[in-house]
Amino acid sequence: MLIIDNLKASIEEKQILKGINLQIKAGEVHAIMGPNGSGKSTLASVLAGRDSYDVSDGSVSFLGKDLLDMTPELRAREGLFLAFQYPIEIPGVSSTNFLKAAVNKIREHRGQDAMDAVTFLKLIKEKMKLVEIDQSLLSRSLNDGFSGGEKKRNEIFQMAVLEPRLAILDETDSGLDIDALRIVANGVNTLRNKDNATVIVTHYQRLLDYIIPDFVHVLYDGKIVKSGTKELALELEEKGYDWIREDEQVTS
Amino acid sequence: MSKDNLILDKLTSSEYKYGFETNIENDSAPKGLNEDIVRLISSKKDEPEWMLEWRLKAFKKWQSLTEPKWPNVKYPEIDYQNIIYYSAPKQQVSLDSLDDVDPELRRTFEKLGISLDEQKRLTGVAVDAIIDSVSVATTFKDKLAELGIIFCSFNEAVHNHPDLVRKYMGSVVPMNDNYFATLNSAVFSDGSFCYIPKGVRCPMELSTYFRINAANTGQFERTLIIAEEGSYVSYLEGCTAPSRDENQLHAAIVEIIAAKNAEIKYSTVQNWYPGNKEGVGGVYNFVTKRGLCEGNGSKISWTQVETGSAITWKYPSCILKGDNSIGEFYSVAVTNNMQQADTGSKMIHIGKNTKSRIVSKGVSAGSSQNSYRGLVQVLPRAVNARNFSQCDSLLMGDKCGAHTFPYIETRNSTAHIEHEATTSKIGEDQIFYCNQRGIDTEDAVALIVNGYCKEVLNKLPMEFAVEAQKLLALTLEGSVG
Ligand SMILES: Nc1ncnc2c1ncn2[C@@H]1O[C@H](COP(=O)(O)OP(=O)(O)O)[C@@H](O)[C@H]1O
Ligand SMILES: [Mg+2]
Repeated sequence: MLIIDNLKASIEEKQILKGINLQIKAGEVHAIMGPNGSGKSTLASVLAGRDSYDVSDGSVSFLGKDLLDMTPELRAREGLFLAFQYPIEIPGVSSTNFLKAAVNKIREHRGQDAMDAVTFLKLIKEKMKLVEIDQSLLSRSLNDGFSGGEKKRNEIFQMAVLEPRLAILDETDSGLDIDALRIVANGVNTLRNKDNATVIVTHYQRLLDYIIPDFVHVLYDGKIVKSGTKELALELEEKGYDWIREDEQVTS
Repeated sequence: MSKDNLILDKLTSSEYKYGFETNIENDSAPKGLNEDIVRLISSKKDEPEWMLEWRLKAFKKWQSLTEPKWPNVKYPEIDYQNIIYYSAPKQQVSLDSLDDVDPELRRTFEKLGISLDEQKRLTGVAVDAIIDSVSVATTFKDKLAELGIIFCSFNEAVHNHPDLVRKYMGSVVPMNDNYFATLNSAVFSDGSFCYIPKGVRCPMELSTYFRINAANTGQFERTLIIAEEGSYVSYLEGCTAPSRDENQLHAAIVEIIAAKNAEIKYSTVQNWYPGNKEGVGGVYNFVTKRGLCEGNGSKISWTQVETGSAITWKYPSCILKGDNSIGEFYSVAVTNNMQQADTGSKMIHIGKNTKSRIVSKGVSAGSSQNSYRGLVQVLPRAVNARNFSQCDSLLMGDKCGAHTFPYIETRNSTAHIEHEATTSKIGEDQIFYCNQRGIDTEDAVALIVNGYCKEVLNKLPMEFAVEAQKLLALTLEGSVG
């Protein structure tokens, strides 16, 4: 589904991603871990098409198409979803209106008719249950005055409504209490199927107790320095990132 | 220029959609203004002597006045002798039915999305269409007449309801109020007149569409609305003009009077030609709009969506004379490219327990300048007056400007006045967030701007609100992307 080959990217002349290689197949869940500042959010942003980053080398193929060649909205319509580490506030625009615009853009891209109001409300109701989100939150301005946890939950709610092929969750677990964590994990697990894939970006292994990844990768200083299965996450938790750091110094 | 600004730049540079011209024969006065022209206008309208005298008095006064220079706008000197003060579509016999309207004219209004036909009955809107200063068609007159409502052109009112016109014309905006109002008083050509009798709730929206067509022509219309005790009316006004290289002057007057417990809602969607991207052409919209809450418990609400005109100079105001009367002003003013707007409201509290509310949302894009100017005045007798003002500015890009000039004058210590102001920018973050959900940049801007203006748009009658939303998107099209 996603093939990242030797991806290098920089921001303001500073190189952050230094040759990322990663392959993700449909049905898989990948976790990307790594210390603060290692480039996890940068990778997520570059994949989503944020234009403040310069891609200097490498290629990314998404469902057989050249991802880097597409505008951000096209990537989204093709099924790429990013749950933001810091969701953005849009005053005056309700979550419901925002989502309706998004749903219909994606449908239009697929050659489908716009969804009528009744069907849309039904869809929303169904997905609201999944992430246990309240109607009142959805009629408020998007993320405006939401608590940290509400913002994160709203991201997962949006994901549930948009049903992406590939979802990248950037530190969705941070700022969540244990109940919210369970709800978010439950949402992700329920939506998981053989046709979609999930990338979980985190620097704690906590979330991985609830969402069991097929693969765990360690991102360190702009490179994936180690890949393994879920045991790697536990090992990291136990030994800390210093262990990788030492390891890295030995190998390089 | 940063990418962000490039984006904003593109989105705010769309074409004006209503710029077409209609080929109809006109009956025009020669260019220029003098006493003879004033007399000519009056005689074209077959006016009674008192009306001509009124005009001549205004003209004398105007000659002694100078153009105001205090608005925060810049434009070359207007040559008042280079303007045509009267132009009318030739078809001028009074129309018995809408079928008599010149088909070319009819097509014009169809292009503008305004139907003069009976089908408008379904949407419940009565329309008065004014082209180049002359009312060409008023719909539903008969149906309204059954309720005692008068809705007709100003000119008809002068002939058929002289007592009402003489009583109220100039009672809210005096003939010598300001330079442009005085000019209008001398040369106004037509406009709308509306009278709602005691206790009547007008069952449909009353609407006037103004269109400037002829070249070099000024448009000077007057609107007079009177709501008697306990009555209610919602009135809509829409405007467009062809794209022309020269500037066109529009100096209108709107006077409204609400008697005891009467309520008037006045909504405007103003989309005069704004000029091209370089600032060539466009309408100078210098308008005096004022409402008098004459009786106790009366209410006047102004709602405006201003997207057009090269220059806008306009301050719809309320004089809160009756005790417990209420004045409201809800405004969205969008400026793009080289447009300039200096707009806001005046709330004059005279009666006891009077309340006013001002919500102003400015959106500036391109190299435009957008100013809010407001006055809240509390006179000594106005015990317990209340005002709340909210003035927000939204900036797109870094070449435009937003300015706020709030004036507060209180002469009664029981007054309670609140003023809030915010300035924000459409952020790259917000646009990217929308993009990431599949929403392209143009739609993202429209969504964000509509969200920002929601409080005002919600005040518009349904049909108009939808139109206004589209207009906002259209005005800002190309300003990001
Ligand atoms: N806008 C920016 N300008 C300059 N440096 C940045 C910017 N954004 C991120 N960085 C730098 O890029 C590096 C990686 O950041 P990020 O991808 O957010 O890391 P992570 O998500 O792994 O914590 C950090 O050193 C950070 O300081
Ligand atoms: Mg991060």
